[in-house]
Amino acid sequence: MAPITTLHYLVVAAALFVLGVIGVLTRRNVVIVLMSIELILNAVNLNLVAFSRMWGLHGQVFAIFVITDAAAEAAVGLGILIAFFRNKETVNVDEVDLLKW
Amino acid sequence: MFFLDHIWLIPLLPVFGAAVMFFFGRKLEKSAVSAVCVGVVVVAFLFACIAVSQFNAWTNTPQHYHQPREIPIYTWLGSDTGHLNYLTHDGTLAPFQADVGFLLDPLSSIWLLFVTGVGLLIHIYSVGYMAHEGGYYRFFGYMNLFMFSMLTLILANNYVLLFVGWEGVGLCSYLLIGFYFHRKSASDAANKAFIVNRIGDAGFLLGMFTIAWYFGSLRFTDVTLLARSGHFRIGDPVITLATLLLFVGACGKSAQFPLYVWLPDAMEGPTPVSALIHAATMVTAGVYMVARSNALFVLAPESMKVVAYVGAFTAIFAATIGLVQNDIKRVLAYSTVSQLGYMFLALGVGAFAAGVFHVFTHAFFKALLFLGAGSVIHAMSGEQDMRNMGDLRQRIPTTYKTMLIATLAIAGIPPFAGFFSKDEILWQAWSSEGGAYRFLWLIGWVTALLTAFYMGRLIFLTFFGHPRMDHAVEHHIHESPKSMTGPLVILAIMSIVAGLLGFPHSLARLVGFKSETNYFERYLDPVFAREAKVFRAEGEGTQLAAGEREEEHTSPLEYVLMLLSIGAAVAGGGMAYRLFSRADKGFAEPMQVAFPPAYRILLNKYYVDEGYDYVFTGRRKVGDVRLGVMGLGEASSWFDSHVIDGTVNAAGWMTRAAGWISSLWDKVVIDGICVNGPAYIAQGLSYFPTRLLQWGLVQWYALVMVVGLVGFVAYYAWH
Repeated sequence: MAPITTLHYLVVAAALFVLGVIGVLTRRNVVIVLMSIELILNAVNLNLVAFSRMWGLHGQVFAIFVITDAAAEAAVGLGILIAFFRNKETVNVDEVDLLKW
Repeated sequence: MFFLDHIWLIPLLPVFGAAVMFFFGRKLEKSAVSAVCVGVVVVAFLFACIAVSQFNAWTNTPQHYHQPREIPIYTWLGSDTGHLNYLTHDGTLAPFQADVGFLLDPLSSIWLLFVTGVGLLIHIYSVGYMAHEGGYYRFFGYMNLFMFSMLTLILANNYVLLFVGWEGVGLCSYLLIGFYFHRKSASDAANKAFIVNRIGDAGFLLGMFTIAWYFGSLRFTDVTLLARSGHFRIGDPVITLATLLLFVGACGKSAQFPLYVWLPDAMEGPTPVSALIHAATMVTAGVYMVARSNALFVLAPESMKVVAYVGAFTAIFAATIGLVQNDIKRVLAYSTVSQLGYMFLALGVGAFAAGVFHVFTHAFFKALLFLGAGSVIHAMSGEQDMRNMGDLRQRIPTTYKTMLIATLAIAGIPPFAGFFSKDEILWQAWSSEGGAYRFLWLIGWVTALLTAFYMGRLIFLTFFGHPRMDHAVEHHIHESPKSMTGPLVILAIMSIVAGLLGFPHSLARLVGFKSETNYFERYLDPVFAREAKVFRAEGEGTQLAAGEREEEHTSPLEYVLMLLSIGAAVAGGGMAYRLFSRADKGFAEPMQVAFPPAYRILLNKYYVDEGYDYVFTGRRKVGDVRLGVMGLGEASSWFDSHVIDGTVNAAGWMTRAAGWISSLWDKVVIDGICVNGPAYIAQGLSYFPTRLLQWGLVQWYALVMVVGLVGFVAYYAWH
């Protein structure tokens, strides 16, 4: 068995990233889209930590920033979702088209 | 020299009489009124006689040889301290000053004597004539006021005071013509006289202003001196204009064509008024004014030509009208106009002294004719139409004899007064300016023929033939009282002897007189500068009065013309005798029988009055359009309100239209095409790329972001 190098971490992070992006683009439920956005952010965290093993602690510090940011964003996003649900009675992202021309 | 220095008393006496009438007249007895009013004129006449004799004595002394006597009283208009200055034509400053001052020279002496003399006789006559009329004191008050105005006119030493008198006689003429103002015809005639006079006065005023501007003074002595000094050349245009304007004034006052129309209508007044004002005195004011301005007229030959032609034309024009009139006073009125024409003819050809002489003799015989006509009317109980008279010869003998003398005088039969004066005028017309006015001599000669004819017709219809009046009137025929026949006799005597004052040299030579016998003309020499040699004319064709005395040669032609004049008078009288002396009831006017259309035209006075009515009074309309001068006014007013105001309104309307077009342009073109257009275009153009992409779907936006990200990464990965 080969040793687990940084590359393996990057590949996992990329895979998680792609899954997240696909989720954002294709899922109909707004909650699932938000979860997919979390997935993207976590993938980026994994990338940062992986590189911090080589290049110093900067990556980890930044990763803590990102986690905080993600938490705030999730809170805000859910708030928007609830406000929207109160208006339109739906959580389908297809039906969020008030800004359609 | 008391009477000469106090000459201002002469006009003051009659105005005192008028004032007494104004304040107390209503309460006075008729005898008191007569005493006051006739008395003041008696005193004025005596005063005038003495003043003139004192003047003659004064003016024949060596140091005042042939100078006029000026008696200034006070400065009326302007100031003698030089504060009221105005600019004359050449830029010099002249003081405007018009005094109340009197001028006595031979011209005004003559006028003074016959105005007061004839005026006195007419006042005496009026005592008898108006004895049974109402308004006795009013009549005499106006007559005295008239005497005051006329005396002011002739004694004035400047144009302004003359104009005061001029207006005063016009006013008194109005008051006296309209004396019987209850009659509409009388009050209309009074209005007509004053209005026509006014037209002349406008000309007079303009002439006066021109003289003031050109000469720098309005005093007669100053103007005459400056005019005779050679400062101006003959034919000076400003002087020609001034003299023409003055002549317009004279036409109005002295009833020349075309301003004569008031005189026949003025016969509405009482007969003494016609005698005094419209025969002897007021109508001669125009002649006086022109004679007084002779120095100016001599400088303007064109004006003199106009004066001569207008005078001659008026003479023959009025004579033709007088041929067929039926009212005895109308015939005399037209006769007056005609004789005044003679006077202006004389003045126009340069024979100023002859014109003045004719004024003098005419005053006597015309006043006599009018007073005699008054006597006839009085005898006929108010009848004035000659067709209803006849055979009055034996019934009113004094009136007949005196009127016959006057008729012979006016016809120009020697040795009566009219012959000498009229013949002098005709001779001067023939010989003046080397015969330039021969045609006017012919007109004058024909007029003499006509004069003799219509005056003969008057006498024969009135006094000869068969009686044509009603029986009631016939019973009342009586000779007039002494107060009326007395003046008639005195005037008749004057009509006979007055002519001897101007006995022509050509006749005197025949009986052996060597010296000059024309005393009248010699007396007037200083006024017309016949002995003054200062003035020399520059070209040829100097007039007779331009400072040269005609030599004492008489051509035989003068005798021939004299005989022709006498022949004309006799022929006219003879024709009248044949046609009218046997007139009976229902006699037909010969001219009406022979030439009916001519008769109609003459009887209607050539329709001149109707012409004036159409042109000037604005009473006639054709449909809705007013005729004449007033019609022009109405047309101008229509033009102003429709065309001119219409243009203004159209300008306003066009401004509004322009504004509307402007707003249209702004709304459609500017706002629509230039501003909104690009907006629509931009909207249309942006439809595809921008609008269509705004689906409002979040996942689509996220997809676009991812595609972009992949693109970036691929780009960097490849390079």
